[in-house]
Amino acid sequence: MHRRVVITGLGAITPLGNTVADTWKRICAGSSGIDRITKFDNRAFATQIAGEVKNFDPLCFLTKKEVRRLDDFIIFALASAEMAIADAFLVITELSAMRAGVYIGSAIGGLGTLEKEKEKLLQAGPGKISPFMIPAVLANLAAGNVSIKLGFKGPINCSVTACASGSCAIGDAFRTIAEGHADIMIAGGADAAVTPMAVAGFNAMRALSTNNEHPEKASRPFDRSRDGFVIGEGCGLLVLEELDAAQQRGARIYAEIVGYGLTSDAYHLAAPPPGHAGAVRCMQLALADAGIAPSDVDYVNAHGTSTPLNDRYETEAIKTVFQEHSRALAVSSTKSMTGHMMGAAGGVEAIISVKAICEDTLPPTINLDNPDPDCDLDYVPHTARAKTVKVALSNTSGFGGVNAALVFKKFTGGA
Amino acid sequence: MNLEEEIVTVIVEQLDVAREQCLPAASFINDLGADSLDLMELIMKMEERFGVSISDEELQNIRTIKNVIDFIKKAVAA
Repeated sequence: MHRRVVITGLGAITPLGNTVADTWKRICAGSSGIDRITKFDNRAFATQIAGEVKNFDPLCFLTKKEVRRLDDFIIFALASAEMAIADAFLVITELSAMRAGVYIGSAIGGLGTLEKEKEKLLQAGPGKISPFMIPAVLANLAAGNVSIKLGFKGPINCSVTACASGSCAIGDAFRTIAEGHADIMIAGGADAAVTPMAVAGFNAMRALSTNNEHPEKASRPFDRSRDGFVIGEGCGLLVLEELDAAQQRGARIYAEIVGYGLTSDAYHLAAPPPGHAGAVRCMQLALADAGIAPSDVDYVNAHGTSTPLNDRYETEAIKTVFQEHSRALAVSSTKSMTGHMMGAAGGVEAIISVKAICEDTLPPTINLDNPDPDCDLDYVPHTARAKTVKVALSNTSGFGGVNAALVFKKFTGGA
Repeated sequence: MNLEEEIVTVIVEQLDVAREQCLPAASFINDLGADSLDLMELIMKMEERFGVSISDEELQNIRTIKNVIDFIKKAVAA
């Protein structure tokens, strides 16, 4: 069985805005969401900048009691889910709830809560640990809480594939509906990893930018002076629906999801190999799954982390997949604006790819002042560009050698 | 503020309910929207605030606000 699957709702909380509309507006304006870290005292850390969610009032979505017991990554997911369902004008019945599911990936789950409770353990002993700690820390509790809130009783899962977590959740949700196991899925990723341990851990790997003096310039994918990624936080969720059911209820269709690829590099824990063969195969599998030729792709939303290795090898991989078409292809890294939102990146970048198709607008790569000579594609530097986008491909990779790719297509109605 | 009022203050803060709802006969689970984890956390806060200790056995008998008030009054007097 292979049924068609469309996107009917979007919801997101990002360092650029607390709605999809706000985030997209600032993406098109080429704004940066990176600033000094405020969530903890950053003075002792090599990296003192991050893409934090700003001016977000969780009480707009949750009660005080709920806010107290939940880690930020779950709060972001609950708010995004509410916005996505409202955006889809989706109403669930007792019957349809059985075939409505939730897949929300997270790279690290409730790390912030874990760190705070560990402090309590050391200061005051085991008797002072909150009964809510475990449910706040487990990575699948973003999906769990959303399923409870929405009353979705279908398939439920949490992809944990590091920085590809959000993409894998969406790819799996696509297959789940296509194969007939569900009719409605809410899918994407959530993470709130701007914490002392995450910053210290990534700093120990020398993975993060230390450009603390100029936060807005620190995330500079494909640029000659890039020096590592900038951690971001948030959530991006999409509502996926089986096409016939969506059309029957008169749903507004943003785009169709048509392909998913997933491969392993089997090379190194944290670095891609030169040429990034795993990413090449991944993009090729996703396009084959979609039945789309590389030359028909208009836009690639790159993984583009702003690390020396990823950006160079991803460029090589794109050239291998797209050959001569690489010259005409538009590629951009929106991590230049959002930072790297870990498991949420795949969700938010899928939303951005869908918006690019709907709005016929190519999001820019900002801070591309001096492109690395090894990075010589059209990365849509500085400014968003109006262009018809019929097919968009979103790439993400993750530690452990994971590569995931999603293909979205403009929906023109009918069969 | 007397002991009873202080106890109700902690309940209002922890369970995010209105003071008016906190009648002695109010059941945590049925009237105040608390689940078992809420109750465990509430009891932890009571222990901290009033310097008392509530065993798991005693916790089984705590169903209403009156149960908590009676327990703490007894424990504080001891």
